Amino acid sequence: MKVSLKTGLSTTFKQSITLVAVCASMLLAQPLLAKENTSDLEFEASGNIASEQRYFSDEGLYSQQLSHSQSSLSIEAELYWQWNKGSDSVIFTPFYRIDSQDEQRTHGDIRELAYVHASDDWELRVGIRKEFWGVTEFQHLVDVINQTDGVEDFDGEDKLGQQMVNLSLVNDWGIVDVFLLPGFRERTYAGEDGRLRGPLVVDENNVSYESSAGQQHLDFALRWAHSIGDFDFGSYWFHGTNREAYLSPSLQTTTSDLTQYSLQQHYAQMDQLGVDVQATLGDWLWKFESIFRTTSVEDFVATQAGFEYSFIGVFDSNLDLGLLMEHSWDSRGEVELGEQGSLMQNDLFIGARLAFNDMQSSELLMGIGSDLDHNAFSFILEANRRIGDNFIASVDVRLLQSNDENDLLNSLNKDDHVQLSLAWYF
Amino acid sequence: MFTQKILMSAIAALCLTLVSNASAALTLEEKKGLDISVEAKKRDLGWQDSTSDMQMLLRNKQGQESIREVKMKTLEVLNDGDKSLTIFNKPRDVKGTAFLSFSHPVVSDDQWLFLPALKRVKRISSRNKSGPFMGSEFAFEDLSSFEVEKYTYKYLGEEELNGLANFKVEQYPVDENSGYTRRVVWLDTKEYRVHKIDFYDRKDSLLKTLTFSDYKQYLAKYWRADKQEMVNQQNGKSTVLTWSNYAFKTGLTESDFNRNSLKRAR
Repeated sequence: MKVSLKTGLSTTFKQSITLVAVCASMLLAQPLLAKENTSDLEFEASGNIASEQRYFSDEGLYSQQLSHSQSSLSIEAELYWQWNKGSDSVIFTPFYRIDSQDEQRTHGDIRELAYVHASDDWELRVGIRKEFWGVTEFQHLVDVINQTDGVEDFDGEDKLGQQMVNLSLVNDWGIVDVFLLPGFRERTYAGEDGRLRGPLVVDENNVSYESSAGQQHLDFALRWAHSIGDFDFGSYWFHGTNREAYLSPSLQTTTSDLTQYSLQQHYAQMDQLGVDVQATLGDWLWKFESIFRTTSVEDFVATQAGFEYSFIGVFDSNLDLGLLMEHSWDSRGEVELGEQGSLMQNDLFIGARLAFNDMQSSELLMGIGSDLDHNAFSFILEANRRIGDNFIASVDVRLLQSNDENDLLNSLNKDDHVQLSLAWYF
Repeated sequence: MFTQKILMSAIAALCLTLVSNASAALTLEEKKGLDISVEAKKRDLGWQDSTSDMQMLLRNKQGQESIREVKMKTLEVLNDGDKSLTIFNKPRDVKGTAFLSFSHPVVSDDQWLFLPALKRVKRISSRNKSGPFMGSEFAFEDLSSFEVEKYTYKYLGEEELNGLANFKVEQYPVDENSGYTRRVVWLDTKEYRVHKIDFYDRKDSLLKTLTFSDYKQYLAKYWRADKQEMVNQQNGKSTVLTWSNYAFKTGLTESDFNRNSLKRAR
């Protein structure tokens, strides 16, 4: 396992070095008037170091899983250089996490290593980057460019860096982005010892691709985004490797004397159309996201839609209260355990966000998710507050419940947990 | 391009004059209050764009202090409200966060926030005018650009302040989402610079007092106060705002105020 982790990292590094070489040659290709401007070069370093403690109330459902507590330490640094008054810049954001229990969660990634050139009406971005699309809060349906760093957190919001060449064109009728995405990143999954996983562990060494180019398939995306009055629109077409793997049980390849099943990852090719719209009407934010995906296995449509309403200065104080409601729908309907589909096929989410607007920027977010097709629900609470000038303390509580044995959420029944973290920003 | 801008500012100034002349239905005090505000705005037209650094020192009743640092870029828009980009530097945990605003004198502003951790651009509601800016004693509306149409006026008389003769004008916000019933503003009679503002809350009791000091003149025309101190009269907290590195006509254009520039703002 350790070895494969290293090889995984070294491929990333190899690709990064190629990218650095590309960046460097682009820099050198700049006319040498840069000589005069070298004094313009500005450098900034920042980042954070965070310690995290998870406590699970129950023993794990599967024997190898860690019993109650899990500690980890992470570091993310950001090194930034700019010149030509910011028209040219290079950003480097390495990340590393050490986990006390789950060796799959001990991992590193280059979140960003990119060169950006900005002109008046176009921008060229080359390297490893992160690109977010979408408007909703409880599910990020249309967000497709970056692979999910699944071991990081339960919410799927952490992403792996993606190699890309991105040309962005600014027009009166909107911004058009063209993406060429060489090199695919496989999703990260919890290991044997890890919590928040199904009965079978996903095997990181047993991966297949539909495309004969495998991990080297050149993906492509084209996106248009525009704001007209109170409305923000986005729409795109993506052609390439599906970021979600089809998982199927297979005999584990690595163990010699023990026969054990694990999940094989199969990454198909897909075409996906996506739309996102937000209407910002006074205190109301109306949000809508939808995708149509077609692969060799299936075609489906999924949507995420809802609203957020804000009360400003509740109880005659500085507190702002936001109420959120969203509904998820997927044309594939309910899925049996081990079958393809989405957990969010007919789910309702209700949430409340409280911003205290105090010196410590205290915030509280609560949410309840409920599956309308069968008896399953989840509860999340996130609270955070600044301590002193450079520390952020946060508490997360996640409760998961499902009575349907065929539901994936059922395998997480024993994974209720509290997570405490303290991050130092520099 | 430059002559076009001069022409535009001339037209804008003319429009302002027309607005003040068309106000026949106003009482003498209302008319004088409006005239003073129109003149103050007229004297501050034509700066095109500006960049500056702002430091905020937040202090609570117990004397505990906390620092905020932001960088501001503003583009003057002559027939509409200004466009601005605010880039956060301190506290460290919000570093890289940026805020884009297209302000409008009467209809609600268009605002976007860039969150660096997720690389997410979020369109946000601009209704929150009365809320505190970064936990300070400044509300969002206290930091937005002055537009004549945002208030109705009443002239209260002349008064001496800091050794200067000042006009005293009462301003009533037009926007129902404002946190104030009225503001009382002191402007010196010579340069029309604001020296002091008293803010009255929704119950019409004195909430905050803002004083301006260390005025400097830029491009031989535009006055900016290097220091602004806001004292909350009800809870004893205060915020001192210090401006530095003011620059005007730096060559910013519309293209420095869009989604792309928001994402790479530094």
